[in-house]
Amino acid sequence: MDIIYTLWLRSIKRYVRSKSRIAGSLGMPVFFLLALGFGLNAVVEIPGSTGENYLQFLVPGIIAMAVLFTSVFSGIMIIWDKQFGFLKETLVAPVSRLEIMLGQTVGGATTAVIQGAFILVLSLLIGISIPSISGFLIAFLFMTLIGICFAALGIAIASRMEDMHGFQLIMNFVIFPIFGLSGALFPIESLPGWIIPLTLLNPLTHGVEGIRYGLLGTSAIHPLVCLAVLGVSTMVMIVIGAFLFRKASV
Amino acid sequence: MTAILVDTLTKRFGDFTAVDGISFEIPEGEIFGLLGPNGAGKTTAISMLSTLLEPTSGRALLNGIDIIKDQDGVRKEIGIVFQDQSLDEELTAWENMDFHGRLYRIPKAIREEQIDEMLRLVELEDRKDSLVKTYSGGMRRRLEIARGLLHEPSILFLDEPTLGLDPQTRNHLWEYIQSLNRRKGITIILTTHYMDEADRLCDRVAIIDRGRIVAMDTPGNLKSQVGEDVVSITSPDAARIADRIRAPWILGAEQYDGQVIIRLRSAEDHLLELLSLIGGDGHTIASISIRKPTLEDVFLHYTGREMRHEEAGATDRMRMMMPRRS
Repeated sequence: MDIIYTLWLRSIKRYVRSKSRIAGSLGMPVFFLLALGFGLNAVVEIPGSTGENYLQFLVPGIIAMAVLFTSVFSGIMIIWDKQFGFLKETLVAPVSRLEIMLGQTVGGATTAVIQGAFILVLSLLIGISIPSISGFLIAFLFMTLIGICFAALGIAIASRMEDMHGFQLIMNFVIFPIFGLSGALFPIESLPGWIIPLTLLNPLTHGVEGIRYGLLGTSAIHPLVCLAVLGVSTMVMIVIGAFLFRKASV
Repeated sequence: MTAILVDTLTKRFGDFTAVDGISFEIPEGEIFGLLGPNGAGKTTAISMLSTLLEPTSGRALLNGIDIIKDQDGVRKEIGIVFQDQSLDEELTAWENMDFHGRLYRIPKAIREEQIDEMLRLVELEDRKDSLVKTYSGGMRRRLEIARGLLHEPSILFLDEPTLGLDPQTRNHLWEYIQSLNRRKGITIILTTHYMDEADRLCDRVAIIDRGRIVAMDTPGNLKSQVGEDVVSITSPDAARIADRIRAPWILGAEQYDGQVIIRLRSAEDHLLELLSLIGGDGHTIASISIRKPTLEDVFLHYTGREMRHEEAGATDRMRMMMPRRS
């Protein structure tokens, strides 16, 4: 436990100090929220809507986006540790690789949830109504699960990568598809029928719907189903991440 | 007592044999040097002994603990300073130390006391709260050594500890390493391709070339095995002396910087003869000294090749600037 805390502490210290990283990774979600939210609010009507407008519909998706990008990126950050030699310092210590991997995951997830919380606060400022306390807690639960799930994915990817050259590839062929097929920007029912099973397999879909349930009180998928699917996905991702990290060499 | 026992340790990468059946034994408290050119297999050997790399065959015991069977046991015994930098630049020196102390599960009170003591030892206590990215190369090296010693290892690995440092800082580090060894009795195994470093620091040196140990002894014995003496003469006529001097017992003479370096057999027996040869030609001598050959000569003797610092100079600087891909 103390080893996981040690690695978590390092992630947090680095996060707090890198103002440019904080601002940089908030840039895109904020842009999406403002451009799409205000731009499309008047033109788009959510099919089968229970009264919420597009901006309200969009907020949970953008929160999930901020968490997704930050967590994957923080997982991939261990490539830097590899390149700058710091990973060796951790690997030569008498601690298990599982502890190191879990510490990195929890650290990455924490920073990701903080980034998501920034978006949440911002959306309150631009006029999203304040949900109940329990709604907030539900939203944070799902944000946390998304954070852990995708930080573990980032570590799994980083364990197989030699350097940052493949980063663009990962962004375009892994992260953006996960985001695009998650129902973050539009209701999943409005997709062609053959794509819907894909979106239902996507852990992020369940994360987005879970946050949506917490903040708006309504979701396309039952929140308990979301919780179950996302929970299991998170476990599986940790196992894969831990397995690949154990095999990674410096 | 034996601190390190290495028995026909071998590492192959595909067809390439990086370390080819090396064996040696290091008693407790010794400073042992692995000397060889870049790519000789020194770092691979260190990586195996520090459990970062699994050997292809052979075995090694550190304080009696097997490097393959009990990796965590070995890791508790050793401290290591890597060839390439391994600090977190976004953290302060103190935080880097603290991270290390926590990884080795040193209790808080002892940890904080030890950190302060180690930082004082390497004279970084004034800068302990500065981010490492503001540190110079020498300061980073000192911090890495302090960190490697924080958990009080009984064996310390130093992989090219003074690579890319200026001469003043190197001297400074050598003094640290020696006093550490004397005061705390730590067994130190270091790799280097600097002859003077091996000569000055090490109790014993193994000369390693293409993955094999070609010679192993004290620096003094190694040099006397070459069986030659060197006389160096400072003179205004250095160039002419080097050109003209001839005798059956003189093996060769070169001049540089107003000095003549004469390699010869048993200088003691021929010194007078040598002086009269030079004096007979009417040359003046400002100073004269007799010395034993350097490890450079030993390497040349055993491998038939030269191993000079210059060969490595440029690439070392590149390596220090670029993160290494392994």
